[in-house]
Amino acid sequence: MKITRKEFLGISGACLLALSGKKVLAVLDGADQGEPEQTAANPARKRWGMLIDTKKCAKDQGCTRCLQACDRAHNIPSIANPAHEIKWIWEQPFADLFSSYQTEYLGSARKQQPTPVMCNHCDDPSCVRVCPTGATWKREEDGLVMMDWHRCIGCRYCMAACPYGSRSFNWEDPRPHIAALNAEYPTRTKGVVEKCTFCSERLAKGQMPSCVEACPEKALVFGDLNDSQSEIRTLLASQYTLRRKPELGTGPNIYYVA
Amino acid sequence: MFMFEKAVTGSRRYWIWVGVLLAVIGSASLFYLHQLSYGLGVTGMSRNVSWGLYIGQFTFMVGVAASAVMVVLPYYLHNHKEFSRMTILGEFLAIAAVTMCMLFIFVDMGQPMRVLNVMLYPHPTSLMFWDMISLSGYLALNATITFVTLRAERQGLHAPRWIKPIILLSIPWAISIHTVTAFLYSGLPGRFFWRTAIMAPRFLASAFAAGPALLILLCLLLRKLTGLDVGKKALSGLAVIVTYAMIINVFFMLMELFTSMYSHVPELKEDFQNLYLGTLGATSLLPWGRVSATLMVVALGLLIVPATRRNEKTLAVAAVIVFLSLWMDKGICLVVAGFIPSPLGEVTRYVPTLPEIMISIGVWAIGALMVTIFYKITLSVREGTENWVEEHEAVPAVK
Amino acid sequence: MRDRGAIYTGLVIFLGLITFPVWHNISSGATSKGPEPVLPAGPKQCVAPLNYMRASHMHMLMDWRNTVVRQDVHSFQALNGKTYEMNLTGTCLTGCHTNKADFCDRCHNYAGVSVYCWDCHVDPKLAARSSK
Repeated sequence: MKITRKEFLGISGACLLALSGKKVLAVLDGADQGEPEQTAANPARKRWGMLIDTKKCAKDQGCTRCLQACDRAHNIPSIANPAHEIKWIWEQPFADLFSSYQTEYLGSARKQQPTPVMCNHCDDPSCVRVCPTGATWKREEDGLVMMDWHRCIGCRYCMAACPYGSRSFNWEDPRPHIAALNAEYPTRTKGVVEKCTFCSERLAKGQMPSCVEACPEKALVFGDLNDSQSEIRTLLASQYTLRRKPELGTGPNIYYVA
Repeated sequence: MFMFEKAVTGSRRYWIWVGVLLAVIGSASLFYLHQLSYGLGVTGMSRNVSWGLYIGQFTFMVGVAASAVMVVLPYYLHNHKEFSRMTILGEFLAIAAVTMCMLFIFVDMGQPMRVLNVMLYPHPTSLMFWDMISLSGYLALNATITFVTLRAERQGLHAPRWIKPIILLSIPWAISIHTVTAFLYSGLPGRFFWRTAIMAPRFLASAFAAGPALLILLCLLLRKLTGLDVGKKALSGLAVIVTYAMIINVFFMLMELFTSMYSHVPELKEDFQNLYLGTLGATSLLPWGRVSATLMVVALGLLIVPATRRNEKTLAVAAVIVFLSLWMDKGICLVVAGFIPSPLGEVTRYVPTLPEIMISIGVWAIGALMVTIFYKITLSVREGTENWVEEHEAVPAVK
Repeated sequence: MRDRGAIYTGLVIFLGLITFPVWHNISSGATSKGPEPVLPAGPKQCVAPLNYMRASHMHMLMDWRNTVVRQDVHSFQALNGKTYEMNLTGTCLTGCHTNKADFCDRCHNYAGVSVYCWDCHVDPKLAARSSK
């Protein structure tokens, strides 16, 4: 059978197109590889949120129990160079969190008061929208903004997109900077972005996040915002609370009692 | 088939230049290997300024790549015959520029081995996905166009008719690559310096000034070194394009300046203070911002005055100034300033480190090597078919 | 044949390079003995049949990875009816293959396979050492 080189290339190209078309159809179908719509967890949709009562938190000056609990539980490295630090939950002066609110005449002690900050697990997270690989996504059944460190390519687009500065990047290998390795949780490797995960591994076992459990003043209240009878909903109904930059439309789920 | 054999014969000067480029690329590779093994911490980027020189250079080079449309559009769409000898040079420049873009993204990735995840797990809500599509498509388009038209030129034939729609497709596609890149920045809710609708038009205006400026310089260099002449009318046409693009670019920047500074809204003011007034603290951006702005004004002066624009020596100076000022503005200032202050109000200094600079120079050297090889091939083809080109065009223009 | 000298020299160098694996192994005394992973002392039942694990443990681990991370499903029903938690460190290393160096690494090193799992997933022995 005589076939010219041109015909051969044409047929090969058509075959390649057909094969890749299959993949394109799968994408258009909405079948996101590896992410089925239903999960095996609790079918009733939760919406995890947290309330941080800064008045209770102020009581024990210099307390960092929530930070230490998270650091230990998740093998967070302690890196001296502030440019490379990894922070899932950390303390920031109160006035920095709410800079657009009138804090000019607030007493300086109150302004400087260290306040816990972490990922807000937003309702409409911009970080999820911009991730090119789906390495971060919003879990449907409970609203957690998850991280998949196997898929992250380290492009740091999510870090640019996050309006809150909640995300950290591993600029170097974290292992040498971890004092005591916790075998129950993996470390991360250089070149991926990480953030607070609301302790998804503990939630899977029905436990509270580490920071919530560790707080001696019970200043961190964690609960289901969809459950009108939950403790967090009761507290939110009875007092005015602040969220960080709500005008951006991200719908943050960390509420602060000022 | 790709006429690469024309790139391996050349004068001593050619080989010395290629050798220098290869040496630069080689040493940059060593720095990159170091970055691969240690992590991106070898750069000056930080938790607050998480994009720096690499992404800045990528942003600037997308503009240069898109600027090929400024020679393609007048020639193929409007039959502007004066550009006939220059279009392929612009398209080759676009190929090198797009390759540099992809390389800059690659060296910026924390996990470069996973780069295919962007294609294996496509997420159309992400502008990076569309960036990948548009850049790859543009590369494929220009590679096809240059290959087909140059081969036709060598054989002394008109290019086949089917290349015409592909060339016309490259025109809106060129606009799209830079628009998508601008969307990377202008759609982010938390970065006020970038969150402006005029980001894409600004990008396009600066692209259409910087790219043709570089092309003018390359054409002048080609004429000086090899005698390959694109013609006075082509160069003066490009100069006019650069002038208008620069006017529009500066106008857009002044529009941004007005909105930020007149509204007195702190989030809008902060980044302009950072770049031009230095009132935000020592962030190392102030000299870059000020020099860039000054050079833009000087360039405008040289370009608007017909005497200096028509004189090839002053035109060359103007082109260099245009390119430098826009390189500073898009390649350094824009990306870094967007991160300062951080969402929590922190002002962080960003200074690129030696490995970062060397790797960037390495990528530039790869682009320069590609341009060298492509132009050498073109030169060899043109020398062989000089007379034919004088009498015919390579491709019949659109009616 | 004008370039006799260069050609013969080139041939000799080429032959030397291409037979490198042979004489390198001979000179370093490498035997044809395979890797000898040390099987766990206690538990004799793996989460899957031996032949499957030998051929496809990597595929199984990738499945586990996707199921746990992306679908939030943590328990795995083995063919023998038992339920295990899909956890490399917690189930595989803590429960049975307590000595990673004697088991996992033996075959991996022999086959020249460098897995990056251990960049993140913690070997319990490493954790025990670091907390001392």
